[in-house]
Amino acid sequence: MASRYTSLSKILEISKNESRPLSELVLEWEAADTELSKGDIYNKMAECLLVMEQAAKDGCDKDLRSTSGLTGGDAYKLKKFKEEGKSLLSESFSDSLITAVAVSELNAAMGKIVAAPTAGSCGIIPAAIITLLSNKKITRHQAIMGLFTASAVGSVIAVNASLSGAQGGCQAECGSASAMAAAAIVEIMGGTAQMIDYAVGISLGNMLGLVCDPVAGLVEVPCIMRNASGVVNAFAAAEAVLAGVKCHIPADEVIVAMKRIGDSMPHTLKETAQGGLAVTPTGKSIFKQIFG
Amino acid sequence: MSVFDIIGPIMIGPSSSHTAGAAKIGKIARDFLGSQPVSADIGFSGSFARTYKGHGTDKAIVGGIMGMMPDDVRIRNSIALAKEQGISINIREVDIENAHPNTAVVTLTDKNGKSATIEGASVGGGNILIKKLNNTVVSLNGHYTVIVIEHKDKPGTIAAVTNALAPIGINICNFNLSREQKGGNAVMTIEIDGKVNKDIVHQLKLLPNVIDCTIIQQENI
Repeated sequence: MASRYTSLSKILEISKNESRPLSELVLEWEAADTELSKGDIYNKMAECLLVMEQAAKDGCDKDLRSTSGLTGGDAYKLKKFKEEGKSLLSESFSDSLITAVAVSELNAAMGKIVAAPTAGSCGIIPAAIITLLSNKKITRHQAIMGLFTASAVGSVIAVNASLSGAQGGCQAECGSASAMAAAAIVEIMGGTAQMIDYAVGISLGNMLGLVCDPVAGLVEVPCIMRNASGVVNAFAAAEAVLAGVKCHIPADEVIVAMKRIGDSMPHTLKETAQGGLAVTPTGKSIFKQIFG
Repeated sequence: MSVFDIIGPIMIGPSSSHTAGAAKIGKIARDFLGSQPVSADIGFSGSFARTYKGHGTDKAIVGGIMGMMPDDVRIRNSIALAKEQGISINIREVDIENAHPNTAVVTLTDKNGKSATIEGASVGGGNILIKKLNNTVVSLNGHYTVIVIEHKDKPGTIAAVTNALAPIGINICNFNLSREQKGGNAVMTIEIDGKVNKDIVHQLKLLPNVIDCTIIQQENI
């Protein structure tokens, strides 16, 4: 069977014509394709949200450390900074940073997470959704449906490009997660199908060219802070389109651009830890420190 | 492709290939042994050998060996848990020629001295490929339940096995036969749709020329 997700504009067109949110269509399609009930699928997504929320909490532990010992405890620092009233930013801005870092740090510490779309980029979507839950008083139902919206965008990227750092660099992981999050934010906040397209185009466009250069090959540096920048980028794109800003390049074309950039990226910058930050003098010495 | 391939799987970090895939390989080794192991010899090759410590691949594979699924929070402490349960773990670096970079060879032994060896690769996104069951070359992705039958290379053995499977509604989706030499020992690996009642093992073992039978149950991992 051909994928339903060959083009974002095509599925957004259906959403527009039927005057139904994309998330509802995705839920229905998934039920039809898997022969499971809509209720079962909805509950499975609800469980993903629960795991994300638990990860956001557990990741703020002061004593959290990764297996390598390189990272952990940064979400705690961010949270404390905010609680002491020192934050430079709005409540929702700092909450989204805290959650993105918390979930990513928990991932590095062998905690339980939802790959979204990958483990390395698992902090971005929870940060967007949980921040809306706590700051914009959206319902749990809206949050769960937002995850379906995000998954549709991820599916289109998987079909037309890649979601893997080894194939497309970090733009394919954190870039995709950021675009998925932006789409979810826009739908949840009442944006139109056209706005979802714009948000994906802008957010993914901002991340084009981002390489995957993990220090010591570990999903820690710079991955954890890239998750933080990914959610900030998602909110920036969503805010812009909800304010009426347009994206000049259709999202489907941005996705193809991402694929081409990924294809022309040298393998040293695609998760092999042979380029970028991984081969800086400090990157190399961290590798030696951990692996001898 | 399901939406839960995109939002999901729920797993223990930090990396789908280094932890989720490794846990699956361990779990399949355990199922292939078919009993509680008392010792595990784990060989890591390629990238697994170089980075398993930092990624916790050792903990993930040991968790799988103890029967844990890739989303089991106990994976983080699996090596200590294995010690508590008296399972001795030996981890070493091996060099397997032409193997996928993320390859592991696992040999498990139970208290009766029965042992089983598998070679598997974590091929990305938590997907795996089992390349060898003991000395038999296979190609299994873990998406299906597998019935492994060791038997004598005698006429009618395949027919006897498939005749035993047909009446209970088992649908074979992939069949592979490999033999050492004509008239020697051979191994059937039969992939089937859905799960199968473990009782079929006893029935298959009673068939003429069948030496041993093991089931690796698909558990949506």
